[in-house]
Amino acid sequence: MSGARQLSRRESGCPSSVDDVTGGEVAENGILEVGNLRKEFGGLMALDDVSFDVKRGEILSIIGPNGAGKTTIFNLISGVLPTTRGEIRFEGGVINGLKPHVIAGLGVSRTFQNLQIFNNMTVVENVMVGRHLRSGYGMISAGLRLPGGQREENEIVKQALEHLAFVGLDSMADMGASSLPFGQQRLLEIARAMATEPTLLMLDEPGAGLNRPEKEALDDLVHRIRDRGVTVLLVEHDMAFVMGIAERIIVLDYGEKIAEGTPGEIQADPKVIAAYLGDEEIRLT
Amino acid sequence: MRTEGWKRHQTSIGIGVLAIVVLVLGWIEMAEPMGLDFSDLTGGIVTFDTMVRVGILTIVVVGLNLLMGHAGQISLGQAGFYAIGAYVSAIMTTRAANRGINVLFPGAIPKDWWWWPWLMIFAGMVVTGGVAYLIGKPILSLRGHYLAMGTLGVGLIIFVLFREGSTFTGAFDGIASVPRLSIGSFEIWPRDRYYFLVWAVALGIMWLSLNIVDSRVGRALRAIEGSEVAANTIGVDIDKFKLQVFVLSTVYASIGGSLYAHYQTLVNPAPFGFVGSLDLVIMAALGGLASVWGAPFGVGIIYAIKEILRARLHQVLHGAGGEHEIIVFGLLLVLIMIFMPQGLSFGVTKAFGWLRTRGVLRRGGGGEEMESQVEQAA
Repeated sequence: MSGARQLSRRESGCPSSVDDVTGGEVAENGILEVGNLRKEFGGLMALDDVSFDVKRGEILSIIGPNGAGKTTIFNLISGVLPTTRGEIRFEGGVINGLKPHVIAGLGVSRTFQNLQIFNNMTVVENVMVGRHLRSGYGMISAGLRLPGGQREENEIVKQALEHLAFVGLDSMADMGASSLPFGQQRLLEIARAMATEPTLLMLDEPGAGLNRPEKEALDDLVHRIRDRGVTVLLVEHDMAFVMGIAERIIVLDYGEKIAEGTPGEIQADPKVIAAYLGDEEIRLT
Repeated sequence: MRTEGWKRHQTSIGIGVLAIVVLVLGWIEMAEPMGLDFSDLTGGIVTFDTMVRVGILTIVVVGLNLLMGHAGQISLGQAGFYAIGAYVSAIMTTRAANRGINVLFPGAIPKDWWWWPWLMIFAGMVVTGGVAYLIGKPILSLRGHYLAMGTLGVGLIIFVLFREGSTFTGAFDGIASVPRLSIGSFEIWPRDRYYFLVWAVALGIMWLSLNIVDSRVGRALRAIEGSEVAANTIGVDIDKFKLQVFVLSTVYASIGGSLYAHYQTLVNPAPFGFVGSLDLVIMAALGGLASVWGAPFGVGIIYAIKEILRARLHQVLHGAGGEHEIIVFGLLLVLIMIFMPQGLSFGVTKAFGWLRTRGVLRRGGGGEEMESQVEQAA
């Protein structure tokens, strides 16, 4: 599996590891290190010197009230927004400042809180876009249907269907993506992200809008993703869901990290309780 | 099932059907069965000359389909790139060949070098693509209305350059006596021969474009239209693909322009202004912005309307002539956008789909509007 991944990455002409881009050294355990990350929007401080590490193979959750800066962290890591200050290291190399598609090529993939499904395509085509990075044929090969491109195309379809099967959407492959129910669109985003063969998958509120059985299925899916060797970083604000799924939790409030620890530690932390229940006195002091 | 690849055959079958239609129409014109030629079929309103022009503009409009319909990037300056192709062909096969190059290097381009115009069609593609590449880099970072304004400006600048190019471009009078194309001693003229050439190119370009749409590249383009941020974070280099499709669409425009130059044998600035660009957008929108198949029909219907107006408008509006057609086109664009935002081809597909499934299957945005419209019609 990993051998095949290495091969396909080399074929696609993407940097095969972050070292090619940054020449950095790979940290012992951490796959992602975020150091003193700051993001200002005009005068508004969205993130204020947030630091944390993500360990290889763990399920780490970032929680916090609305507006705490959770999604902003994802946008900075995935390169959608530039950082104001601070450093993001992936596999030991600095990635802030790189373009989103380059970061994706290194093995970081994500989903979106407000779904970003390609509504103008079928379900399977959405996932086939996820194979973009792991394939390389271009416009001329496509236009003239050269055999090399056709071979790659067959491989893309095959892989996309496998990723659809992984999330349980293979029977809907040829439906229009926009005709899927909401919960399945969430799964489609995950399949599309997984199709890029990430080593770090960032899920932005994957449980939002899902009902209880759907959340249980999602819980199972996240564990299966981790079992494939993918590190999972997820933003969520359904506490019950997070406590069941995450091995470690980081709590943000007003752009600052106020706590970090296991679910048990977080549930007992007075600062976290204050942030969630809105204790005005504590906040003012 | 799409994933089993039958759609690939669908493309070839569709192109094959269109090719047969083209052949039949050409045969009617050449053989005149029962003494009827092509224009008799349309009551004398649509002439065979129109069919050639429809083919030429289909080539240009397919480029706009890819750019606007699939990648979601608007161009209101496409006639400018159409002009570059036309002018490169016209200049290089007349003045440059006769005076410029042959003065500097006497006899460098002998009269019987039949392939020189073909080479210059290629040169036009390279020049147009190069210009588009240089312009595209900065301009494609604009979005929405700003991109519309930017491309509008580019189109106007190109138009003005050709109009004010004095003796080099012939200014208002343009360049006359552009030679006909030929292969060896076989001249691609009279008109019916040229008709087959133009439509062979047009169908070839449609086939090429349909293949691109249904490929890794086409999906990347559609992903950009669907959600730029999702496309980008999934690994699509959006700047690169926007630029690629922009250059490709202008190269198509250039091919169309060159074929126009060798057909008309006279190139002047008139068809290449803002109205020219607007016409192209209307044709693309009418056929269906995201539908390569819609292109020949969008162009054909606009031309039919033009000819009908030219022939009949003065009977309705006293003193009105062809120049008033733009009023009707403006109205048409408004109506398309209101009632058929995805164009004719999708309107037709939609109607069939609705009849078959009674509104169970839906596809993409605007589906509901389309359905209610079909309901009203039914």
